[in-house]
Amino acid sequence: MLLIACPWCGPRPENEFHYGGEAGIARPPDPSAVDDAAWADFLYMRSNPKGRHKERWRHQFGCGRFFNATRDTVTDRISGTAKP
Amino acid sequence: MTQPFRLATGGRIARGREIGFRFDGRTYAGYAGDTLASALLANGVHLVGRSFKYHRPRGILSAGSEEPNALVTVDRGGGRIAPNLRATQIELYEGLTATSQNRFPSLGFDLGAAAGWFGPLLSAGFYYKTFLWPASFWARLYEPAIRAAAGLGKAPKQADPDRYVHQYTHCEVLVIGAGPAGIAAALAAASTGVRVMLCDEQSELGGSLLTETGAVINGKPASEWLADALTSLESRVTLLPRTTAFGWYPDNMIGLVERLTDHVGIPDPNLPRERLWQVRARAVILATGAIERPLVFPHNDRPGIMLAGAARSFVNRWGVAPGRTVAIATADDSAYAAALDMHRAGVTIAAILDQRRKPGPIAEVARMAGMIVQADARVEATSGGKRLSAIGVSTGRGTIECDTLLMSGGWTPSVHLFSQSRGKLRFDAAIGAFLPGEPAARVRCAGACDGVFGLAACLESGYAAGETHTPRTFSVSGAPDTAPSAPPEPAAPHPRAFVDFQNDVTTKDLSIATQEGFRSIEHVKRYTTSGMATDQGKTSNINALATIAALTGRSMPEVGLTIFRPPYTPVTFGALAGTARGALFDPVRHAPLHDWATAHGAVFEDVGTWKRARYFPRPGETMRDAVSRECLAVRNACGIFDASTLGKIEVVGPDAAAFLNRMYVNDIASLPVGRCRYGLLLGEDGFVRDDGVIARIAEDRFHVTTTTGGAASVLHMMEDYLQTEFFDLRAWLTSTTEHWATIALQGPFSRSILERLMDGTDLSTMPHMSVRECHVAGVPARLFRVSFTGEAGFEIAVPASQAQAVWDALLAAGSPTPYGTEAMHVLRAEKGFIIVGQETDGTAIPADLGFGAIGRNKPDFVGKRSLTRPDMLRNDRRQLVGLLTEDPKMVLQEGAQVQILPSWSGATMTVGQQSLGHIASAYWSATLGRSIALAMVSHGRQRIGETMLVPMPHATIRAAVVAPVFFDPNNTRLHTHRHSPVNGAIPPAAGAVPTTTRLNVRAPATATAAIGLALGVLLGSVPNRAVRARDRAALWLGPDEWLAIAPASDPDLRARATAAAHGASVVDVSDAFETIEVAGAQAAWWINGFCALDLAPHTFPVGMCTRTLFGKVEIILWRTATTVFHIETGRSYAPYVRACLDEAARQPTAEKGTAHPD
Repeated sequence: MLLIACPWCGPRPENEFHYGGEAGIARPPDPSAVDDAAWADFLYMRSNPKGRHKERWRHQFGCGRFFNATRDTVTDRISGTAKP
Repeated sequence: MTQPFRLATGGRIARGREIGFRFDGRTYAGYAGDTLASALLANGVHLVGRSFKYHRPRGILSAGSEEPNALVTVDRGGGRIAPNLRATQIELYEGLTATSQNRFPSLGFDLGAAAGWFGPLLSAGFYYKTFLWPASFWARLYEPAIRAAAGLGKAPKQADPDRYVHQYTHCEVLVIGAGPAGIAAALAAASTGVRVMLCDEQSELGGSLLTETGAVINGKPASEWLADALTSLESRVTLLPRTTAFGWYPDNMIGLVERLTDHVGIPDPNLPRERLWQVRARAVILATGAIERPLVFPHNDRPGIMLAGAARSFVNRWGVAPGRTVAIATADDSAYAAALDMHRAGVTIAAILDQRRKPGPIAEVARMAGMIVQADARVEATSGGKRLSAIGVSTGRGTIECDTLLMSGGWTPSVHLFSQSRGKLRFDAAIGAFLPGEPAARVRCAGACDGVFGLAACLESGYAAGETHTPRTFSVSGAPDTAPSAPPEPAAPHPRAFVDFQNDVTTKDLSIATQEGFRSIEHVKRYTTSGMATDQGKTSNINALATIAALTGRSMPEVGLTIFRPPYTPVTFGALAGTARGALFDPVRHAPLHDWATAHGAVFEDVGTWKRARYFPRPGETMRDAVSRECLAVRNACGIFDASTLGKIEVVGPDAAAFLNRMYVNDIASLPVGRCRYGLLLGEDGFVRDDGVIARIAEDRFHVTTTTGGAASVLHMMEDYLQTEFFDLRAWLTSTTEHWATIALQGPFSRSILERLMDGTDLSTMPHMSVRECHVAGVPARLFRVSFTGEAGFEIAVPASQAQAVWDALLAAGSPTPYGTEAMHVLRAEKGFIIVGQETDGTAIPADLGFGAIGRNKPDFVGKRSLTRPDMLRNDRRQLVGLLTEDPKMVLQEGAQVQILPSWSGATMTVGQQSLGHIASAYWSATLGRSIALAMVSHGRQRIGETMLVPMPHATIRAAVVAPVFFDPNNTRLHTHRHSPVNGAIPPAAGAVPTTTRLNVRAPATATAAIGLALGVLLGSVPNRAVRARDRAALWLGPDEWLAIAPASDPDLRARATAAAHGASVVDVSDAFETIEVAGAQAAWWINGFCALDLAPHTFPVGMCTRTLFGKVEIILWRTATTVFHIETGRSYAPYVRACLDEAARQPTAEKGTAHPD
């Protein structure tokens, strides 16, 4: 079980957290102005890297906040977390 | 009873306490302190099992957990049967009953041994080559036959009657292995004043010190030094004997299994059999020692052949001679120590055969003691059936008669856990094994597992690992100073030279694998199964590696090791499951009217983790009878239904309407105060996620309902959008699912009944889809005029503690008929109302369900953009339709496929094999006197009027496609009210008197001061801290969230706080929670049975509070005093939390060392 440093609550066990997918995927401010391909890209395309991955987590059974974490997908180690 | 091989003196056994036990039906005697292995050897029993594949007779090889051969089944009675236990680890108790495995009819005469004659057939890869054809024979013949012949013990058939528990704990230093290095490390670490734990898989702590009977440490005999050290550790360190560290998990979480009762005949019924510890350790010290390697030579597996170090343990620790005449084959100095100790104990040493050309100086010591030492000598053959009788020595040096052969091929450091921690291993050519290299975690290694040999060196390396600043030296004498050696050059491939004893893998098998072209060690392992048995190759891996290296002309580090994975030794399913079985497998949530439903004969169904009343059968009624009666009562009179499990979210804030308008398909912005609107929630991908009713209570306050199963995920999704996408909006969310009980009152009499409980309020002015705050039966309520049945009806939300009183009053006022979820389903299906998750499957968009027009003219909302993607505009999408079977009595099966009728084109018939849709819902409709079904069908709306086919198991059914509304398409029933003829006496509502007000506050920092003033307690800004003021408290739950707890004696508190909130959110959740107080010296220990937080007073001090996970449910945990914890749990979860705590508290409190020695 990973130990994840919530930016508000400090290190907490992984079972208090909810994974939230890749970070930095912003919803287009005006979706109607986006063409089908770009919208599909926003919905479905993710970088899925081998190595460092910026991702969202939520301290679901804690303070409830979403925050960003950098996790290495090879070692499963989280190198840092930050308030969004 | 005699124990012919028990030595007259010595050993750590209690000679005054003789113990009777049974093995394979025969009765033997041993002593307290014996293992099953040492007791069997004391009785001259070496043959203890048959091998996995060839059914060869096998004896005890080792004295520890690495044992590959001596696997037995122990039956402790009452269904307590454990197969595949290592005899070397089973502690003797009076009446122990063990049986050997993998033999028929008996160990001595085993028909399966015929497999040995077909040995060539069963060599490596035989599975892949031998039984290729015909394929059908695999399931019927080959596999059952092979499984019957090859195998280990049998799994018990009964449910496991034992209890198992889990325990989370934290420490600064966890020492694994309590040999000299581990003990020294624990002594050193304890001297720094931090939390230290020391575990060891053996029954006694001490490791090799239990065998080094001649050693003197700092002037004391080893046993005395050990006893003093343990006494000194006892008060400061959590000591865990019989505890195996089986797995290393991320961030220094170590899995331990502690065996609490297997060693006693009649265990304390309150003790669990095993406790699985999940230890989060700041640093781990590995002092796991080393495992001796067997030598590989033809027929090296006969009973009577054992490891030299194991034999030394049997002599010194248990006072048992493994045989009368012992030969020794070695490639290592350590076997001489065994020879010398046995010689002193009076055992005849026939010869010492040293494979090395130049044995170490210790060989001279043996010679001087009168033993024959032959250099450059190896064993080439052995003879004997069920026991060794002689060995053949290399280069024509003849035969030596002996009943026991001890072997030592050097020592392999136990790097399993270090490797699991992802540390890199490095090859050490001098000892021919891998050692810990660069670590990847906070881990230090000490003693033999780090390649340190010799007692003084081990003690010193342990001390240095435990406390890195002040090295200490130990003066040691009387322990053999033996240098470890590399494994010898492997012998030529031979079909009976065993490398892996447990899986019967020989050098011949390894040779076949390399001939077949396998070069990677991972491939060779899988092809031959070497190292894949339950012992994970503890004694065999290095020998296999050396053999493959020699066969392929590579060095050992070039070939490399296979990856070490948990568990180190097998872990029972019981330990892994812990308490999560039976009633504690999952929380069982009861709605507020559950007890009433139970008392009135309800049949329940599981909806998520809720129990919901499905129907209320009267005597003699079938399910269909009862459901039909309930449906007709709603249509013709009035029904009453517990809808409390529906999710509820209070959305509050100046931008609450704007927020909901962006979340839901429907137009919420224009919803007037006091009105309700159906809401459809999509994912960003356009697919329907949830639905519910959105009621505007005030300009800035909404009461939103969700489906029962969607409550948590909808709240999560809304938080996600509020926090990360729509953060410009000032709106806050609070779950009120558990606070409000919801009673649906549906049918033409509903208004008339309800008015009687509202002091004559005229409800005729209350339109369909409206809401008002009022009193029902004297209880403050939110009254919704809504209908999920098609009838005129109401839903009455009251605080959960008042639900029973209001329910009783409604029954008294007009005798409505209680109905369950099944009638609810039928009634809504008659009207064509969808249920998310029944009509939708995650691929339905609003247009598929007939909601294509909704939201089209709205600005953006979540999922809107996706609705114009090309795939969403396809005209062959599955659409919601009704189906009416030609035979009105035939009820279709939900999930059945829908096909088109065969069609003719000239003389060619096209049969519609392809599924064009599926049945989503199908019921018997008593209202219509026929069956109805809702289906999702491709081109569905175009097909209305067509006939389609529904294949079912017994026949293919014809059904007409119709519009998905079967009853009252013009909604006239919504406005049909009739006067209820029943007019019972109306009792005053007498609900439980609430004692606690709980308010969920969500506010920006700018608003907290004013709200705090109104509440009479500050809303603190320090994370995870509660602020107390007199009789009330405010618990920080998040940077914009607090739970205020106050006595219920202040009824205006909510109103005052709401007035002070100025657009921030104050929501009454008084009835959503129950309080459980856990008090006592063991409180933290009990909570840590289910909660993974570090609850030590310095890491979780008095005043700290947090949401967290307890078992499988969310709680709020607040430490109010050093030994007192206050838990707030959702009211439906409270029974689960209490049951978990009861289970934790069943363990006797006299545990050796609590996790938190405050």
